[in-house]
Amino acid sequence: MSTLEIKDLHVSIDTEQGTKEILKGVSLTIKTGQTHAIMGPNGSGKSTLASTIAGHPRYNVTSGTITLDGEDVLAMSVDQRARAGVFLAMQYPVEVPGVSMTNFLRTAKTAIDGEAPKLRTWTKEVKDAMGKLRIDADFAQRNVNEGFSGGEKKRVEILQLELFKPKFAILDETDSGLDVDALKVVSEGVNRAHAEGNMGTLLITHYTRILRYIKPDFVHVFVDGQVVEEGGPELADRLEEEGYDRYATGAGAATIAAAQA
Amino acid sequence: MTEITTEKARIGAPSAQPFINGFTEEGESLSPINSATSKAPLAGEAVKSHSHGGGVGIPDSSRAGRLTSYNLADFKPLTGLEEDWRFTPLKRLRGLHSEVLAGAAPTVTVSGPDRVTVETVARDDKRIGSAGIPEDRVSANAWENFSEATVLTIPAEFEADAEITVVIEGTSTVAAAQHLVIVAEKFSKSVVVLDHQGSAVVSENIEIVVEDGADLTVVSLQEWNEDAVHASSQQAKIGRDAKLKHVVVSLGGDLVRVTPSARFTAPGGEAEMFGLYFADAGQHLEQRLFVDHAVANCTSNVLYKGALQGRNAHAVWVGDVLIRKEAEGTDSYEANRNLLLTDGARADSVPNLEIETGLIKGAGHASATGRLDDEHLFYLQARGIPEDVARRLVVRGFLHEIIQQIKVPALEERLTEAVERELAVTNN
Repeated sequence: MSTLEIKDLHVSIDTEQGTKEILKGVSLTIKTGQTHAIMGPNGSGKSTLASTIAGHPRYNVTSGTITLDGEDVLAMSVDQRARAGVFLAMQYPVEVPGVSMTNFLRTAKTAIDGEAPKLRTWTKEVKDAMGKLRIDADFAQRNVNEGFSGGEKKRVEILQLELFKPKFAILDETDSGLDVDALKVVSEGVNRAHAEGNMGTLLITHYTRILRYIKPDFVHVFVDGQVVEEGGPELADRLEEEGYDRYATGAGAATIAAAQA
Repeated sequence: MTEITTEKARIGAPSAQPFINGFTEEGESLSPINSATSKAPLAGEAVKSHSHGGGVGIPDSSRAGRLTSYNLADFKPLTGLEEDWRFTPLKRLRGLHSEVLAGAAPTVTVSGPDRVTVETVARDDKRIGSAGIPEDRVSANAWENFSEATVLTIPAEFEADAEITVVIEGTSTVAAAQHLVIVAEKFSKSVVVLDHQGSAVVSENIEIVVEDGADLTVVSLQEWNEDAVHASSQQAKIGRDAKLKHVVVSLGGDLVRVTPSARFTAPGGEAEMFGLYFADAGQHLEQRLFVDHAVANCTSNVLYKGALQGRNAHAVWVGDVLIRKEAEGTDSYEANRNLLLTDGARADSVPNLEIETGLIKGAGHASATGRLDDEHLFYLQARGIPEDVARRLVVRGFLHEIIQQIKVPALEERLTEAVERELAVTNN
């Protein structure tokens, strides 16, 4: 049982106009076995939270903490975080020319486990996982994400999730740009990883569609860098009907004020 | 809707307006220097006259106007201000441009299939001068000073089942001249590896004749010792439906300057030119290539990739592609990519494309020099891969695109290892 704890996180980025604060005090606790959905309109800071946890250099943490079982995640380098068990399925996975999928997967697995996987079982494991995600076998010979369609890239992200077995998976809008079939395949992959019982999931999404396939235990609504409402899965249903309009600037502040009162 | 209408109007009305001054339907009217009468068997008009650019036009206005001559005296002493020498540190040429090249030439040892003939010939052999004519002073100096040449002949219709390896080993650093001729006869198929090693100060002329229908791969490998200075002019003449794949790999040496050229003499020819270089601190690796589309329906593709690391590591790439007026149906592309791994390294990259006919299939040029992409590194690190390993993965992948073109497994393996050693130097 592990815990990923985010406390009063403030994050800013440097822009040409100066420093811009994006996260304005976010607190969140995720335990192994739980699925948390973070929902919110565009520009609310959802993806910033995901990238900050993974350690993307663009984001500066100005105050607050992130800990994994008490260990200071913010003090770790990007690769140390991954080896500690944090996995970020990226919204826009980058193409890495000249590096084959096979080589990449083996190198990453070796780094995460601290030893090289046994060749025969590893090859079979990769092949099986690819089959379940309906990824063509020839992808293994291709370069990382090179020439993959949007849907293929997302499937390959989930392939890595299944192979690397992280303690915490952060899915950054994994559902965006997927058709219904691909969405099902990807969701099944996440559910398989979850069913093994040793993973907590932070599911970031703009739409409620993916929540039909991946059932969240908690839903957090993000507006303007803050959590404005929290609840169970029923909150997602309400968002599906009403959208984010009621959190529009002003109304959002009123909600917080009401909640605090 | 408006946009669609505009688009249609543009496509549908080519002749409504008068031509722009100086342009024809095929494009810009260019200087008479590359007129249709120039058939360019070797180089420009100069072949016949042995003088400056054939005497027409402004010599520097076109690549075709460059001075070519077998006589050293025709080339003025270098000042370093010349267009084709402006990046080269002349002081480090150790006399290749100014001294009599009297040193002993590096030894040549050839191994390969029995049917390939190897001859050592005198200066008056008729095959000398069949594919090349010096285009710069250093090359002309070697031409003036070489005492004997090695001629390698791959007989007609012979398909070599193993590569032909030419080990060129330097044993002294007294400035020397070298001459090599490779003749791939009609319909032969072979791979020739020129393996430069040891210590030398040498100017080298390599003539490559690819006869009609022949398929020749030449890999020029520069794995010199640290003190070597090497200038190599590698000129190829490509016949009808013939194919040349030329690969330059420069890793060692203090100063290496390779100037390959591919000249099409009959239609249907194909040239692929690849290059890989890895410049370390203080090293100067220069490559200037020339593709001369002098006839119709030929194809060329050029890709050079380099990595640089350390203070004053310097790479130069200049790619000249000339598509002459008569070269209709040409398909051509050239690109150069550089990765700067540390501060203090410098890459100069100049792709030049001259097109004198609009009736071509394609012509493109590209160049990019940059650091390792932070997003690539972030992606790999976010999968647990430590930064140094991630950097190596990306650089290895970057250079592997060239290595895999060689298609000689043993050589590919050797080069992969050589790149690993380079990467280990500064732990990049």
